[in-house]
Amino acid sequence: MSLKSRSVLVVGAGIAGIQAALDLAEMGLKVHLVEETATIGGRMPQLDKTFPTNDCSMCILSPKMSECARHPNIKIYIKSSVESIAGNPGDFSVKILEHAKYVDAEKCVACGLCEEKCPIKVEDEFDMQLRKRGAISRYFLQSIPSEYTIDDSICLYLNKGVCRICEKVCPANAIDFEDKDKEIKLNVGAVIVSTGIDAFNPIGFGHFGYKRFPNVVTSLEFERMLSASGPFGGHVMRASDKKEPKSIAFIQCVGSRDESIDHNYCSSACCMFAIKEAIIAKEHMKGMQASIFYMDIRAYGKDFDKYYEKAKGQYKVDFVKSKVSEISELDNGSLTLRYVLENGDIQFADFDMVVLSIGLQPRENIGKLAGKLGIKLNEYGFIRSDAFSPLQTTREGIYVCGAANAPKDIPESVLTASGAVAEATKYLRLDRQEITAKKDAVPELDVVGDRPRVGVFVCHCGINIAGVVDVKDVAKNASTLQNVEHSEDIIYACSQDCLNTIKERIKEKNLNRIVVAACTPRTHEPLFRETIAEAGLNPYLFEMANIRDQCSWAHMNEPEKATEKSKDLVNMGVAKARDLTPLDRLPIEINPKALVIGGGLAGMNTAKAIAEAGYEVFLIEKEDELGGNMRNIYYNFGNNPQEFLAKTISEVSANKFIHIYKNANIERIDGYVGNFKTTITDKKSENKTDLEHGVVIVATGAEEHKTEEYSYGKSTRIITQVELEKMLHEDEFPKGKIRNVMMIQCVGSREENKMYCSRVCCTKAVKNALNIKEKYPNVNIYIAYRDIRTYGFREKYYTELRDKGAMFIKYEPENKPTVKLVNDYNPDSKVQVTVFDPLMDKEVEVTADLLVLATAIDPLPENIDLARMLKVPLNSDGMYLEAHVKLRPSDFATDGIFVAGLAHNPKDMDESLTQAKAAASRALTYLNKKAILAEGTISEVNESRCSGCGFCEEICPYSAIEIDLEKEVAVINDALCKGCGACVASCRCGALDLRGFSNEQLFSAFDALDMTEALGE
Amino acid sequence: MKEWQPKILAILCNWCSYAGADLAGVSRIQYPPNVRVIRIPCSGRVDPLFIMKSLQSGFDGLLVSG
Repeated sequence: MSLKSRSVLVVGAGIAGIQAALDLAEMGLKVHLVEETATIGGRMPQLDKTFPTNDCSMCILSPKMSECARHPNIKIYIKSSVESIAGNPGDFSVKILEHAKYVDAEKCVACGLCEEKCPIKVEDEFDMQLRKRGAISRYFLQSIPSEYTIDDSICLYLNKGVCRICEKVCPANAIDFEDKDKEIKLNVGAVIVSTGIDAFNPIGFGHFGYKRFPNVVTSLEFERMLSASGPFGGHVMRASDKKEPKSIAFIQCVGSRDESIDHNYCSSACCMFAIKEAIIAKEHMKGMQASIFYMDIRAYGKDFDKYYEKAKGQYKVDFVKSKVSEISELDNGSLTLRYVLENGDIQFADFDMVVLSIGLQPRENIGKLAGKLGIKLNEYGFIRSDAFSPLQTTREGIYVCGAANAPKDIPESVLTASGAVAEATKYLRLDRQEITAKKDAVPELDVVGDRPRVGVFVCHCGINIAGVVDVKDVAKNASTLQNVEHSEDIIYACSQDCLNTIKERIKEKNLNRIVVAACTPRTHEPLFRETIAEAGLNPYLFEMANIRDQCSWAHMNEPEKATEKSKDLVNMGVAKARDLTPLDRLPIEINPKALVIGGGLAGMNTAKAIAEAGYEVFLIEKEDELGGNMRNIYYNFGNNPQEFLAKTISEVSANKFIHIYKNANIERIDGYVGNFKTTITDKKSENKTDLEHGVVIVATGAEEHKTEEYSYGKSTRIITQVELEKMLHEDEFPKGKIRNVMMIQCVGSREENKMYCSRVCCTKAVKNALNIKEKYPNVNIYIAYRDIRTYGFREKYYTELRDKGAMFIKYEPENKPTVKLVNDYNPDSKVQVTVFDPLMDKEVEVTADLLVLATAIDPLPENIDLARMLKVPLNSDGMYLEAHVKLRPSDFATDGIFVAGLAHNPKDMDESLTQAKAAASRALTYLNKKAILAEGTISEVNESRCSGCGFCEEICPYSAIEIDLEKEVAVINDALCKGCGACVASCRCGALDLRGFSNEQLFSAFDALDMTEALGE
Repeated sequence: MKEWQPKILAILCNWCSYAGADLAGVSRIQYPPNVRVIRIPCSGRVDPLFIMKSLQSGFDGLLVSG
């Protein structure tokens, strides 16, 4: 296809759209990012915290939003929608309607005066109607772009012809009532739809009294209440009397798993969402009682069960398995819940406040959009995609990601976004990029030898800092310090307008060192470095003082002392900044080949996606055939896994860019991003092969848990779900009449030392049980379970199985089912299973003709060795630990190494497939560059002092130092050096120093303290 | 007269202890405000000289964590 385009359209700029845009842009493609609202960011900015790490949602999203806004390859169209699309994959012509904003983005300084004076006040959507906004407004404080826009549906002037107050008060003369809607025509090669989801509106659920009882709120409203930047400043209170609630009930599955409203699916995220809110609320309000009323707790994601256990144990959150049938209001505004336990008992309980865990549903206008794009919707009204093409819509060249095709949480959305990018590259022209003057477009000022002129910016972070620390005083104090030429306080240092302020000040005041006192450099340093680079400063002439995470948040009750500490931290920052020197970043060449470890579903698909983009792949498989665990899967609700697997194997084998090494053992992996060297050994011939490559993808899979529990191995009638599936496929069901099949879930999962959910076993049990029911309708099926976790659209099959009469018996881990062979001496003995059901408070006894165990997915023991070779971490369960559980789910913290499939966490086939494509896409952001830039903060050798003793060479954990035997000095490999500084501390001659953390710089910081207080007054 | 408070310098590794100090803040764990943190790329960076130097600079105590 010679017509391949270099432009892509991404529709919807939530986290999925942002991730897709960034991946595409990093591959050098031009992205048109179309967003309906007035800002990018989507749903995430509304969230206070994210599970299971309790990371602040905005804090982790903000850098990505800024990066998206600043990326030269991304063009953002806010208040815009897609009108039509014509043409074919590789050559679509699209019409976009850009809605009038009535504010000149170039002029607006986002001061907010206009909104303050606007006479119109309506309920604000971002804060879930808990706050008012004007007809001119911005969606939220950190909106990107930051400019205000006018809502023409309610503006007085635009509707009634009178007012224009905003025009009068605007100091920047930015209001433009002449602004008109614009039609924009684009040519793109592919389209990615990431339009997200709507939250269910429980207004129709009269029995819950939402909007009738003021103290019944939705989980999203509650989230805004919890948020420090929310309408109540993070203080939870009841709407009726502004009092802090002493007890809160969370009601699950409101608008989910509900056939009466055609929502026969699980919204996937709300269980964890409620647990998170309960934990955070308990942290806000000591002694508050939180109860969660649930049907099943679906904590199926990575490290979710540990979080659930923590909520039960450490936080004493009460979990009540029941169905709430009605809520009524008491005179004092509190609420009485009427709920039905599993055994039919009706109970009542009073709470000060009720939170409805609302489900997720398709976007209201999705039908219209689907019509314009010419794509189909599924039975639930989400965008249609298939299990084995989870990112593909019904129209070739149009891909889907995020929650637009199924309810998803954040990491799943990010994975599908990167995955959709890999799919879209089929119709895009990837040209390997040189290091371009992309972000260094501004020529660097030479400041060497100049007197330091330090600029200090003290961030309010809304009230996060300014609520405790007197930021104006800190800024004032900074202005008195030596070499400080400028000092000011700013509201949100990381917002686009404040970043622009910093750049302007650098130019105005000729600043050559910048100190930002704000949050942690761990998240925000890259953003500020890039910002000063955009103003012509070397990015390393920057220092941060952490006055939020390590000051205002940690000393909330001691504002004066926190202010003192902030001043000290700024002093230390300024002192270090004074001594900073410009650093260079060395280009690292990227070898455009990939190593994929593991030839299962994930590995093969990663390899395929990279090869299809035109890059060579070495695919390593330890066994003598490809396919991995998927070889044991025969059914998938109408799709044929074996057919798909066979097709994938033949495609991978036929692709000339993929070099397959079977029976291969990895002996060693050396090198670093762009330049890895791996030695593999053929297990049979023992021949060694050296492979050179630029990236590594770990897709080593996992294994089935081997159990001895429940008498496994003692009778041929006790088998695992995997064995059952094979038995069904080969039609080798045990001879004789089968009446009862018993299944036991969570064998080896969700227990002490293995506190994780294996995710697929509930669905697998349901799938196999339905299969049995189809072949042998009269067989009784009993499933002993802890929670049935058929998340998302898998719920339908669970309902179907229930309708077909399968018996579900809950058991508690402390009281597991007991298994006894009917005849101990018969290897084919039937099995007597006794399950104590705590819900019915009785024992259920079944004589099973077949006992099927849902054995866990275990991490491979050899993960430890490979992790060591790659220098990447494993989590406490032994699974590979990604760089960030929410926003970097297929990256390792080490550049150039990625993870996909079961090696990362238990997951279903469609999810492995998605992560495989995501890893490929992330890898392509490197492979598609000829070189990248190394870090600047690395060690350096003063050769005149070095004695060549070699002590540093021994100590360096990254093998970055070698001794030049001829010159007898240490030589540092700049690309390998990670800048840890261990060599510097070890050097007896003082010949080594660490750039950016030199002895001199650190000592200056030590000396910067104002000791008058400490030395006594 | 105000009760004497020692000033403590904490030299923290960026990847673990510094991140831990951030996490303490995110979790709103409250601790005495007389600690001043210096971030270093790795506790391996800590030269014995740092300890001498910080005490000489006037700190009353030193916490190295990594």
